[in-house]
Amino acid sequence: MESGVVLTMKNIYKTFPGVKALQNVDFTLRKGEIHALMGENGAGKSTLIKVLTGVEEFETGEIRIDGKDGAIINRSPQEAQTNGISTVYQEVNLCPNLSVAENLYIGREPRKGAFIDWGTMKKNAAELLESLDIHVDVSAAVENYSIAIQQMLAIARAVDMSAKVLILDEPTSSLDDDEVEKLFVLMRRLKDQGVGIIFVTHFLEQVYAVCDRITVLRNGTLVGEYKVEELPRVQLVAKMMGKDFDDLASLKKEGEATKVSDEVVIEAKNLGHKGTIRPFNLTVHKGEVIGLTGLLGSGRSELVRAIYGADKPDEGELFVKGEKLQVNMPIDAMMHGMAYLPENRKEEGIIADLSVRENIIIALQAKKGMFRLMSRKEQEEFTDEYIKILQIKTADRETPIKQLSGGNQQKVILGRWLLTNPDFLILDEPTRGIDIGTKTEIQKLVLELAEKGMSVIFISSEVEEMIRTCSRMAVLRDGSKVGELEESELNQSSIMKAIAGGAE
Amino acid sequence: MSKLKKITQFRLFLPILCLVLVLLVNLITTPDFFAISVRDGMLYGYIIDVINRASELVILAVGMTLMVAASGGTDISVGAVMAVAAAVVCNVLSGGQQSVTEYSNPYILGILAGIAVAAVCGCFNGFLVAKLKIQPMIATLILFTAGRGIAQLITKGQITYVRVDQYKVLGSSIKGLPLPVPFFVAMLVVIVTLLLLKRTAIGLYIESVGINSKASRLVGLKSSKIIFLTYLFGGILAGIAGLVASSRIYSADANNIGLNMELDAILAVALGGNSLGGGKFSLMGSVIGAYTIQALTTTLYAMHVSSDQVPVYKAIVVVIIVSLQSPQLKKWVSKMKLNKKTVSGNEVA
Ligand SMILES: Nc1ncnc2c1ncn2[C@@H]1O[C@H](COP(=O)(O)OP(=O)(O)OP(=O)(O)O)[C@@H](O)[C@H]1O
Ligand SMILES: [Mg+2]
Repeated sequence: MESGVVLTMKNIYKTFPGVKALQNVDFTLRKGEIHALMGENGAGKSTLIKVLTGVEEFETGEIRIDGKDGAIINRSPQEAQTNGISTVYQEVNLCPNLSVAENLYIGREPRKGAFIDWGTMKKNAAELLESLDIHVDVSAAVENYSIAIQQMLAIARAVDMSAKVLILDEPTSSLDDDEVEKLFVLMRRLKDQGVGIIFVTHFLEQVYAVCDRITVLRNGTLVGEYKVEELPRVQLVAKMMGKDFDDLASLKKEGEATKVSDEVVIEAKNLGHKGTIRPFNLTVHKGEVIGLTGLLGSGRSELVRAIYGADKPDEGELFVKGEKLQVNMPIDAMMHGMAYLPENRKEEGIIADLSVRENIIIALQAKKGMFRLMSRKEQEEFTDEYIKILQIKTADRETPIKQLSGGNQQKVILGRWLLTNPDFLILDEPTRGIDIGTKTEIQKLVLELAEKGMSVIFISSEVEEMIRTCSRMAVLRDGSKVGELEESELNQSSIMKAIAGGAE
Repeated sequence: MSKLKKITQFRLFLPILCLVLVLLVNLITTPDFFAISVRDGMLYGYIIDVINRASELVILAVGMTLMVAASGGTDISVGAVMAVAAAVVCNVLSGGQQSVTEYSNPYILGILAGIAVAAVCGCFNGFLVAKLKIQPMIATLILFTAGRGIAQLITKGQITYVRVDQYKVLGSSIKGLPLPVPFFVAMLVVIVTLLLLKRTAIGLYIESVGINSKASRLVGLKSSKIIFLTYLFGGILAGIAGLVASSRIYSADANNIGLNMELDAILAVALGGNSLGGGKFSLMGSVIGAYTIQALTTTLYAMHVSSDQVPVYKAIVVVIIVSLQSPQLKKWVSKMKLNKKTVSGNEVA
């Protein structure tokens, strides 16, 4: 093995039924480098990582790691770990009902004789999290924390296992700018210690902020490996997509204020849910895209959950098109034209074992009711339509959704809600894990739908994205709505100020 | 090769294979197992016996499949509910006497009362599981233990006989039908359920709730209502099975009707390739599983295994069959293959 190299993968092939996920892919990771693995949704990034860490088997190819003679094959993530590879997977893999400390030390609990040494475990956990600037109660169950905190915990667990190779598969998709910055500090520190880091992300600016090298995959094949300074952004996008594409083109026409009708679709009066969101007022007009912004845990998701009835509000009133609505369950909101794409795809979005078709039609079917089953033909037509519109990459419409890549699962869920043709669409992080080309497509789609009269609530950790799509914004802090920003005020700095609390 | 692969990946491949294996054993040990004779236009033989005896189990397995799929847990009270239903029917028809040769109340009234009580049992289980969110096995433990007691109370601790020829029909053979009546009852249950699953969205709803109830709620499904409905349905089917079983012996034997049948029903679901953790299910798989278990039982009797030893052999065979279907085993096998491949690969390199 070349000196300075910690990991090489050569001529890797991997096929799933109907999909050539990896074909003759090479990958080299050097000591003390942060190496971005880039590609569109379904390009094979996660598969390459799973093959490396023993989650999936590969057909042919060779993996070598520094310190081991000859090729290695990891048969399980545990084995990969003993070989010095630790991983944060795309879908957070914590046990929701175990405590934070248990999750951090699961499988490697400190022991006193035959028993787990709970005291030491909690102490170590607290120290570890302290050093990473994560503030949580180590004995509380993980499910009490937001998906972003969970993501941080998964990262903390991985970095604590003093590895030669650290893999981060879209770790930043649910983090806000501050947390991303914290993560970067941590990554740079590990890099200085000589750890090789593989970093998968769809955020190009992050690549240019921390990475040294980029490997690009497209459709399961290797496009090439580049030094960051040799591959400017536009070229990187072109390499990923196989065609030229300007991701920075503005969507809304500059300077032209969006015309919003006076027709009120949703009006919340002192609506609240104990423990998650304090009573708030919100008015949504027909054809309007409203953004919700605020730090993680500020109550963005909780606000929309109260409107949709995902958490049944315990005070206040909700009016839909002027009519008072008592929402007990999501179906009540759906019957009045609402749709809600939740933040947590794995837990609340996908129905893993069901096919792409079933996942797409289920919401519409629930609206129609048990006894009005859509014909198979109708279901297939709808499915094909959305596979086409959203460019969902799937072997077949009958493929179980869990076999799709993360970004493609997200598109299916989006398709599910578009199919119900809602008047009022709530999108909580709709572009999470979606590649840059499709992201722009989705933003365009949202604006188009709004033009046609659909009202949208849009939540995103990416301020950029919000500015491009929203015509008004509500600001949240510590579980209450603290203000609104009009279209003229929508720019990076005033939003940041409002989020941080300097607006009043 | 690829054709073979297609066949082995067919969903019902393993359940059918198991059934065939059990039958093959007979081909060797008891060749007359397959002999069928005709008397008075009626068929007789071991095979016919399997088809006949399996009927109650098939009916229970259908209900169990749906309950397992929606709630990810098993209903262990179905055997006891059979006994309760039988007790109710016999007592309504006998008017409370211990033995009658004539109905005291109309036949249809008895049947409806029995099924209604079974439905109430199903509602009780459904309420505990769906509304109070009690683990299905714990929730149904209540009727599992109390059910036979209730049946005893109804029959006042005696075996109630209804010695009316019409009452025996449901559990015997009638002229003109080549196969016994219970078989047709079971088929009717299977067909009606299949139609329900095919014509309505309930099958999709059940699978969805069983796989991810949080997500199901957000797409507008009422998870607890759906789980409740499966338990109600399961209760009604247990009642029907109880009627058939009672008709066979034209009496209500609170201690023995449906005894241990809940276990066979759960096994049938597992043998059918269904996960006991809920989610996707195959009704036909469970039906095949039910016939497999009955074939196994009958086989053991045909081999003159004494009845108290039967469970032991059954357990052994079931362990083998279930582990054949376990995904972990499949993984090990494919890993072993992979190991071999890489070892030979290394030699070349
Ligand atoms: N378990 C599986 N079974 C079948 N096909 C699969 C499975 N896992 C992945 N695939 C397919 O392999 C291809 C590559 O998927 P992969 O998850 O590696 O994409 P990715 O580059 O990580 O995409 P994303 O950016 O959306 O996360 C996809 O077409 C996907 O549908
Ligand atoms: Mg991925």
